[in-house]
Amino acid sequence: MSLTTGVPAKDQPVGDPPASSAPAFELKAAAFIMPVIRLLRLDMDAVEAQLMPKVQQAPAFFQHTPVVIELSALPSEDEEVGFPQLVGLLRGLGMIPVGVRGGGGAQHEAAKAMELAILSDKTKPVKTSVGDDVAPEPAVAAQAIGSPVGVETGSHLIDRPVRSGQRVYAAGGDLTVIAAVNSGAELMADGNIHVYAPLRGRAIAGLRGDTKARIFCSDLQAELVSVAGHYRVSDSIPANLKGCLTQVFLDHDVLRIEPF
Amino acid sequence: MARTIVITSGKGGVGKTTTAAAMAMGLAQRGQRTAVIDFDVGLRNLDLIMGCERRVVYDFANVINGEANLNQALIRDKRCEHLSILPASQTRDKEALTQEGVGQVLDELGKTYDYIVCDSPAGIEHGAVMAMFFADDAVVVTNPEVSSVRDSDRMLGILASKSRRALENDEPIREFLLLTRYSPERVARGEMLGVEDVQEILSLNLLSVIPESMAVLNASNAGNPVILDHESDAGQAYADMVARYLGEERPMHFLEPERKGLFSRFFRG
Repeated sequence: MSLTTGVPAKDQPVGDPPASSAPAFELKAAAFIMPVIRLLRLDMDAVEAQLMPKVQQAPAFFQHTPVVIELSALPSEDEEVGFPQLVGLLRGLGMIPVGVRGGGGAQHEAAKAMELAILSDKTKPVKTSVGDDVAPEPAVAAQAIGSPVGVETGSHLIDRPVRSGQRVYAAGGDLTVIAAVNSGAELMADGNIHVYAPLRGRAIAGLRGDTKARIFCSDLQAELVSVAGHYRVSDSIPANLKGCLTQVFLDHDVLRIEPF
Repeated sequence: MARTIVITSGKGGVGKTTTAAAMAMGLAQRGQRTAVIDFDVGLRNLDLIMGCERRVVYDFANVINGEANLNQALIRDKRCEHLSILPASQTRDKEALTQEGVGQVLDELGKTYDYIVCDSPAGIEHGAVMAMFFADDAVVVTNPEVSSVRDSDRMLGILASKSRRALENDEPIREFLLLTRYSPERVARGEMLGVEDVQEILSLNLLSVIPESMAVLNASNAGNPVILDHESDAGQAYADMVARYLGEERPMHFLEPERKGLFSRFFRG
């Protein structure tokens, strides 16, 4: 969840009621991709020694970057994690540790004491650690949100139906689907989404906030379309556009769905 | 090497066990050595449909736990010598099926059988995942209504991502659609999804359309797989299913409403 505050001033007609009654914020849900530091051992000195060179390779990437500490790979849920040292280390390197994932009760208490959030562990951690070079995989697989950055990169093409319950995410690129996307399925891309078949599920373009991302589909029957966090559900998609060749894009913070 | 076929659906009550019994019997009657396994631990039904419930001594869970060997647990069918049944346990819980144990049983069956038919429990939980994990082929049993179609779609997604073939990047499972409890009259009245509607969503290879039929219930009560009832529409539709699965081309039957009544018959002639 995030709070986006403020309605752009230009949207307010002249001579509006006093500012106090105008909405000051909107409550929205958004998904974020964050690097995950997956601890394999409890030796914080070793973490420090190995993390330093990684950060020096790409200092800009880590500067002011929120990170999640993953505990599930540690040998035991009962052992004490040196959170003070770890948090200090991450902050010192410019990162903003925001929470922990996995781990056990005592570890969670220690994390809370350091003002770290406990993130839900519903998604099984994905196999890689940050910084490992991973070849792009076939994208039809339940890809966990919050998995390490760079697990999937570039553009993706899907040529089999995307079924209810499946999620496909193209990180850092476009997603093109040439088979049906059924209701209950979810497409996500940092860039544009193209669907050359009925789109009955959800499509989320510009996942990391790219307001120029668009969704193009040859047969719009979607449950939900979203660009950079602005969304519309099926009920609020005009009925005359359903089943048409359409594009979905942002125009000055307004999500527009138009035939073309 | 045996081919493992899972009969699955996601939703309950659509006719998985009826289909598993018919598929196994149909293959066996064509001379294929076939074993049919009930994966529905705790709610076993296959033995009833196959009419062998009074001959169950050991079950699938006993074999996995090493309390009995496979030959002790397999029940040879009395109607067809090529068919054996491995019943589920009525007393264990579903964790009795371990992936390793299921894999070993399937391997051992594969040495002596041509086809292994796995009757999956409803849902997408442990038992259903175990039933489909080792599958080579999947028959997705679907009723012509929206919730069943969506559950089947979900199941197809799981087959494509969580099966052994998917995890080992092997050739994907061959997926087939079987429409059951189909009533052409209700489709014509717009009360039920038609074959094309279902195909538009699932886009799968259609094995057969089984009409809604009293013969299915009668066969279940008698413990005779409905495919043995050659006179019945459902029996014939299941025979078509097996033939098409084995690669025969047959025209689809039972898609048009039956013309009834004296007048229509009179005027048609």
